[in-house]
Amino acid sequence: MKVVVTDVVFDPYAEVQKYQAGLKSGQSGGVVSFVGTMRNFNDGHEVSTMWLDHYPGMTEKHIEKVCEEALERWNIIGVLVVHRVGEIKPDESIVLVATWSAHRAEAFDSSRFVINYLKKRAPFWKRESTNKGQRWVEHNTEDSAADISN
Amino acid sequence: MKIKVKFFASLRDRIGRSEESLDLDGGAVTVADVWSEVVEESIPDGILIAVNMEYTDGSHSLSEGDEVAFFPPVTGG
Repeated sequence: MKVVVTDVVFDPYAEVQKYQAGLKSGQSGGVVSFVGTMRNFNDGHEVSTMWLDHYPGMTEKHIEKVCEEALERWNIIGVLVVHRVGEIKPDESIVLVATWSAHRAEAFDSSRFVINYLKKRAPFWKRESTNKGQRWVEHNTEDSAADISN
Repeated sequence: MKIKVKFFASLRDRIGRSEESLDLDGGAVTVADVWSEVVEESIPDGILIAVNMEYTDGSHSLSEGDEVAFFPPVTGG
């Protein structure tokens, strides 16, 4: 398990490879990764940059907790989360969630569980700079799959 | 009883500060009491509360040295 909260631009695919290199050889049948990236539009406005605020300490604690829960609930052999904070530009990665398992179903289900939890409970807040000024994003886009009980 | 209070994101902007240290008199003190002390109104609906970085609610009783945080719904990921 690895959790990183960083204010530095990261390459999610390099992070996946780096983490995978540390896993026990021959055990993984697949990796499911989700990469969330910044759009240059939201709610009908152009967005030039975004500021991601968080609650240092609580953020890491809660992400680690959900990763531990994923490791208990599914037969997975690795879980990696990298989340940006600070100023973010369009196309940059905001979040990476990756899980490794012998079989695809457990990798898919556990990665979905972790990203859905992050979007509902991890203390991050987005503030967008738009052509109409700055605004806090008030809620994440509703998704029928965004139930943390999944 | 000394308590640390933190506000985040739009709530921090609305209240005008990010952190405050309170020294409260008396016996049982709840999270709702702390909010009233600092903001002088009742806690609005939809605000999230954490004590020592664990989610809780306004009825939570506080102890010396606790860190209380108030923040809007989260929007990460």
